Amino acid sequence: MLLIIIPVMALTVFFAWKYRASNTEARYEPNWSHSTQMELVIWAAPLVIIICLGALTWMGTHLLDPYRPLDRLAADTVVPGDAKPLEVEAVALDWKWLFIYPEQGIATVNDLVTPVGRPLRFHITSSSVMNAFYVPTLAGMIYAMPAMTTELNAVANAPVESRGFSSNYSGAGFSGMNFRFRAVDDAGFEAWIAKAKQGTDQLTRAAYLELERPSQNVPARYFSDVDPTLFNAIVNLCVQPGKMCMSDMMAIDAKGGLGLESVSNTLPLNYDKYARRGTVFGGPASYVIGVCSPEDMADMQMGRAPAAPIAPELREAVHGAGLPLPGLFSPASTFTPIRLPSSEALAGPRRPSNS
Amino acid sequence: MNETQAIEPSFLLGRFTLEAIPYHEPILVVTFIAVAIGGIAVLGAITYFRLWGYLWKEWFTSVDHKKIGIMYMVLGTIMLLRGFADAIMMRLQQALAFGGSDGYLPAHHYDQVFTAHGVIMIFFVAMPMVTGLMNYVVPLQIGARDVSFPFLNNFSFWMTVSGAILVMTSLFVGEFARTGWLAYPPLSGIAYSPDVGVDYYIWSLQIAGVGTLLSGVNLICTIVKMRAPGMTMMKMPIFTWTALCTNVLIVAAFPILTAVLALLAADRYLGTNFFTNDFGGNPMMYVNLIWIWGHPEVYILILPCFGIYSEVTSTFCGKRLFGYTSMVYATVVITILSYLVWLHHFFTMGSGASVNSFFGITTMIISIPTGAKMFNWLFTMYRGRIRFELPMMWTIAFMLTFVIGGMTGVLLAVPPADFVLHNSLFLIAHFHNVIIGGVLFGAFAGMNYWWPKAFGFKLDEFWGKCSFWFWVVGFYFAFMPLYVLGLMGVTRRLRVFDDPSLHIWFIIAAFGAALIACGIACLLIQIGVSILRREQLRDTTGDPWDARTLEWATSSPPPDYNFAFTPVVHDLDAWWDMKARGYSRPLAGFKPIHMPRSSGTGPILAAISFVLGFALIWYIWWLAAIAFVALIGTAIGHTFNYNRDFDIPADDVARTEDARTRLLAQVNA
Repeated sequence: MLLIIIPVMALTVFFAWKYRASNTEARYEPNWSHSTQMELVIWAAPLVIIICLGALTWMGTHLLDPYRPLDRLAADTVVPGDAKPLEVEAVALDWKWLFIYPEQGIATVNDLVTPVGRPLRFHITSSSVMNAFYVPTLAGMIYAMPAMTTELNAVANAPVESRGFSSNYSGAGFSGMNFRFRAVDDAGFEAWIAKAKQGTDQLTRAAYLELERPSQNVPARYFSDVDPTLFNAIVNLCVQPGKMCMSDMMAIDAKGGLGLESVSNTLPLNYDKYARRGTVFGGPASYVIGVCSPEDMADMQMGRAPAAPIAPELREAVHGAGLPLPGLFSPASTFTPIRLPSSEALAGPRRPSNS
Repeated sequence: MNETQAIEPSFLLGRFTLEAIPYHEPILVVTFIAVAIGGIAVLGAITYFRLWGYLWKEWFTSVDHKKIGIMYMVLGTIMLLRGFADAIMMRLQQALAFGGSDGYLPAHHYDQVFTAHGVIMIFFVAMPMVTGLMNYVVPLQIGARDVSFPFLNNFSFWMTVSGAILVMTSLFVGEFARTGWLAYPPLSGIAYSPDVGVDYYIWSLQIAGVGTLLSGVNLICTIVKMRAPGMTMMKMPIFTWTALCTNVLIVAAFPILTAVLALLAADRYLGTNFFTNDFGGNPMMYVNLIWIWGHPEVYILILPCFGIYSEVTSTFCGKRLFGYTSMVYATVVITILSYLVWLHHFFTMGSGASVNSFFGITTMIISIPTGAKMFNWLFTMYRGRIRFELPMMWTIAFMLTFVIGGMTGVLLAVPPADFVLHNSLFLIAHFHNVIIGGVLFGAFAGMNYWWPKAFGFKLDEFWGKCSFWFWVVGFYFAFMPLYVLGLMGVTRRLRVFDDPSLHIWFIIAAFGAALIACGIACLLIQIGVSILRREQLRDTTGDPWDARTLEWATSSPPPDYNFAFTPVVHDLDAWWDMKARGYSRPLAGFKPIHMPRSSGTGPILAAISFVLGFALIWYIWWLAAIAFVALIGTAIGHTFNYNRDFDIPADDVARTEDARTRLLAQVNA
């Protein structure tokens, strides 16, 4: 590109100087305004450059696609056939990073440690708003988006200690949303895992809901044990007990949905737990809490009471912070599900979703 | 701030309470006092000199495209001061917030500042300036008496003002969005931005958007239908061509913005789930839609400026524009391609390699017609006779600056590079490089170039040169450090920094911003001094630059009717051709001229729209209902106003033209 930029800049200055009005010796051709050869050059030269650059772009983009598994660890080292990448699940929270190591069964907040020379595969999501996961000393950035996962394949080639951060503005605590990143040798990594395992904190769903609350400039934390279904639940927005996972909802919808009957089968609920106040004219956000059986429908039509009314403590749970609505309507909790899943089913781990 | 305090809205005031007045923030209180004193002084002066009637009759209700154009420029300049105040605050915050210091702005305030800066600079500085120049110049360049729909033009302007006032209101009543200038959900959804900020954002852009869209329709119609006889499409001045392409872009792109903001508003007000995290909502859809508007938007801004540079170059080189035809085709190609590149704003969303490379390559292709334009200007200078008046100086500064911005733009279009540079200060430096170096320099070139046409006297050259050098040098000081910081991996919108090695670059950037502040001050002084010295700077010929296009054929300032007789065009550079052929002005045989009549409906509708917007933002439903009914009622009422035109009697035309004949005789004597 400099091939064309530098001559243009030089010519601009040169022409401006040479053809200044006070220089009456320079040629003046007030009607010269067309030259086919010249036009050909000024369109063709950038075109040629862009063709070359376009080809490079196509190849480079495919080669360096973050989703593509690595095939080289360095310019001259092919990934050995049996190498399994280290999986790390990264979750952007308000405003800190949670890293879950599913193989090792540990989790950390704002501390990412990886072994040198082993392929890494990050699965990235966010709990609330959009962020971007970026460790400049490791690989390029990629967005972290709620209810979706993105992927990043990378490798650390040399021991390094640096910082990673969110590179997409996400609210008040954004500036402090960075974490320590270290690439260490295998022994160091094992030692670090062992140390993290010694802690007493466990990342259960309840602990996650506590952690997820907005906080700023959070110091590193370690969890010696992680609920193995947690990441899936985060992605499917169903960490809170009693919430139907998006994957389940989508599976129902994929089969044609529940029809009109399901309208009376929802519960008011805040997915976006802490700040959510509902909108002015719409009803409170609601979701499907359970699927009713044909018998229930029949009962309802005949005016009989539903078989299992909702337990009050559960209603509390699914209401989130229970903030009043700003609009003309008072907080409505008038929806009553006809039948609920049993409380054991709600308390236990969810079945893995399809993602 | 008060995340957990939900206020139950009252019937009378909605969610407005005294808490919404930021009297606890000293910066805002001081600003408010300064604005209030300044405002009272201005209003008092207008009252004292009994100017209200004059302003209302001659300016606010005027449907004259020239006056509306000037009012757009005034709006753009005033909003530039506000947008720049935000910029200075950000530079100061980033220069201070090192070594454990938190700076002087809390996140709540800083996040509003950078959002407001972006919104104001794009929508209420760059857009009004570009629209103002098009409004003023296009009808004159094509030999028309006004635009196609003069009332609509007035209405469009006042809707833009209404949106601008709404944004300014957010400074002192409530708060502005804390989301970044494009308000990506879910952050801008009701869940994460429950306060009024995003609502201010939505309604000010919706109201101003009505104005922009209608003015686009108006100008397209004007250019297509109202050209002087003999002016075929390929004899249109190049600025008119770029204006045509820009307005086509406006008409095709702004409805997308309107729709996407309407969907966001539905999410926030009606509880729909277009862009929420759950219930099938998809924030990625918003990001796509807003950039399908957003990328054409940058070409909406830059194309007319390309036109200005073309006019200025050929005028001050005393030479035909090199490669007119390829210039036109380049403009049209850019217009079309600008719709095929939007995804390059979010390669890092993970669209996959093939999609990313497609959009990367289409982006690079745009640099071909842009490069062709650059060469055309270069070869217009070649074998010309260049007079370094202010407009030409801005043009050369543009050529040198813009190629750097173009180069970094192509660099960012390479997805693997973007994965490293996206959202970094490198990106910030890039788009300021093209928007300041392209759009703003172009607006200044245009202002200096057409000012004598609009007011009959040139702008003062000394202060103009001061402004020029402060701006250009200040720009390099302010933004070259950001390129360096971006390459070092610094992300945009950060409020505090840990790494002390970055500090020096932020200090240099802040110094650059201070230079730009001097540049803006010099610009204002330039205008003031020129008005005071107007008798020395007076131009009576109507053609002070020895220019080439039709707007210079009439007097400066032009009479209300622009041309006593519609000119007939034989050549691309119509006025140059007329001068070459020894054209003489018709001196007799004037006929009455049919003109549109002023109307107060535009400002009234815009005022009601402001009330409607304000009521919707604060949930004051009774007021919103009244304002809505009043809006529709006034619009319908206006259709019954049949008193819309009048004729300037032939005698008046003859008198105006005779006065000009005498002036011209004095010049020649």
